Amino acid sequence: MAATSPLSDNRSTREQLIDGWERIKAPVFYTLLTVWAIICLTPLYFTLVFSLKPIENAYTPPLWMPTPFTFANYQTVFSSFDLFPRWLLNSAVIAVVVTVLRVLFCAMAGYAFARIEFPLKKFLFNALLISMMMPGVVTLIPKFLIIGPGFIRGGIHLGELIIPTGFGLIDKLGGVILPNVVDAFGVFMMTQFYKSFPKELEEAATMDGSSRFGTFFRVVLPISQTQLITLALLTFQGEWNRFMEPLLILRSPENFTLPIGLQWFRGEYYTLYSVILAGSLFNTLPILILFFLFQRYFIQSIATTGSKEG
Amino acid sequence: MTTFRNKKITEALTGYLFVAPWLFIFFTFSVFSLGYALYLSFTKYNLLSPPQWWGLGSYQRVLTDELFWQKALPNTFKYVFIVVPLQTIISLILAFAMDQKLRARKLFRTIFYLPSVTSSVVISLIFVWLFAPQGVFNQIFGLTINWLDDVNTAFYVIMGMNIFTTSGTLMLIFLSGLQDIPTTLYEAAEIDGADKLQTFLYITVPMLRPILFFVITVSVIGTFQVFDQIFVMTSGGPLDSTTTITYLIYKWAFRDTTVKMGQASALSVILALIIIAVTFIQRRVIEGGGSTTE
Repeated sequence: MAATSPLSDNRSTREQLIDGWERIKAPVFYTLLTVWAIICLTPLYFTLVFSLKPIENAYTPPLWMPTPFTFANYQTVFSSFDLFPRWLLNSAVIAVVVTVLRVLFCAMAGYAFARIEFPLKKFLFNALLISMMMPGVVTLIPKFLIIGPGFIRGGIHLGELIIPTGFGLIDKLGGVILPNVVDAFGVFMMTQFYKSFPKELEEAATMDGSSRFGTFFRVVLPISQTQLITLALLTFQGEWNRFMEPLLILRSPENFTLPIGLQWFRGEYYTLYSVILAGSLFNTLPILILFFLFQRYFIQSIATTGSKEG
Repeated sequence: MTTFRNKKITEALTGYLFVAPWLFIFFTFSVFSLGYALYLSFTKYNLLSPPQWWGLGSYQRVLTDELFWQKALPNTFKYVFIVVPLQTIISLILAFAMDQKLRARKLFRTIFYLPSVTSSVVISLIFVWLFAPQGVFNQIFGLTINWLDDVNTAFYVIMGMNIFTTSGTLMLIFLSGLQDIPTTLYEAAEIDGADKLQTFLYITVPMLRPILFFVITVSVIGTFQVFDQIFVMTSGGPLDSTTTITYLIYKWAFRDTTVKMGQASALSVILALIIIAVTFIQRRVIEGGGSTTE
């Protein structure tokens, strides 16, 4: 008797605690979510307000309203400062070319790993998995040398013949594009997808006398649309925002991408911060539009990143 | 027989044709680059004359460098050990909140993801301005701190910004993990008479462990290599208080007037070894945790 009563007491306090938690749970969670939502929105909101104020009134109150109101900073971004459109174009070229090529190459490699028998396949796939875990910073310097001057400056001299050891792509958009046209994660993602996909459709196409390449382009690519869009969005966002490689490779202002340009512009014209912020929001806009158009795919892409280990 | 062999050869060739673009990039920029980085780390290389073999000279230089020992190494660890736990906890709590049947979930989800949409440079430029001496933050709270020019505050502003930008993405990963837990498990637990707390401890937590491992691994690998934000916001200053290992690699290889490619390569190899070691230890910790209470 004496032994059971404290135990049951214990249990009831525990039940009480759980009951109490169940009652206050909803308000607690709503408060948390609201607080974090405010934290997320505040910096972007103030940036927008500031970018819509004339530079000379930048710090005149009120802080939270764009009064007086002007589009002048956005006009500067577009018309007065001719490098901005150039940076926008460079960013777009890099992001679009990388996205198109990466989606195609990852789908091709993924399809081969999932469906075609070729020597050393297992070994190569394991190498791919290992390369996914490799910290990118290790290959930063060699990558730079290979894209640029090469590991032997001036190339290898064989009599008259000079064999270059680098791509000579310093200060060229191609230098940013080349190493990124395919990536391990994309290949892995497509491999997993094609492995889980029923073979029947392709087999029917092969029966009709279609070649592997024909089948791939006419049957396989169209049915993997969702995966391809997901990979494309993930790639586009990553390339549009990429910083370190373009910073090292692109040297002259007219070849900068928008992030590099904005950073450079801040160094040159520190007092024009309203223009920098207008340009910053402009850099965000395309991704924001893509996000709202394809929200489902963005969420999906994050879910796939998470479940690859699980 | 010959047609069969021909078919096999065609199949193999087709396979290699399909993987060719990946294989070329992989070989050039991963396999060869890795070997080349290792080679460079044993040389002295200033870009002007060919690399000179230097044995362990570069490693010796790194391991006796004051900037490495007193700033870059401790700063990097501090960054990882503050940012990773905080953003994991915040995103976990947010994910649990989002997993409840609350109203306006879609709206919250969109808002939380917004900071991740912006590029690291853009968000850094915004934070530089927010935390300027006459910036919005000081104005709202009536302060006059020069956040990014003060040894005591600069690094914490960068950490806070990183937590701010990544928590939304991590929340979405956790949320998809929570929603993947089969409802039958919860139903079975209810039939067995488990209360809410027990269900949470013995079903939710263990089922979430693989995702937790994944999120922490990715965060650790990412935060150990932090660069963009530091480059834009402080360039490693004030007084090297925000210099991290990756920033130091960049400084030695590309910024200093005397280019030290060999020394920078040695440091990048050391960083890779640190990352591998920490990931390994962390794996043991999370998997070794077993099903004990958390």
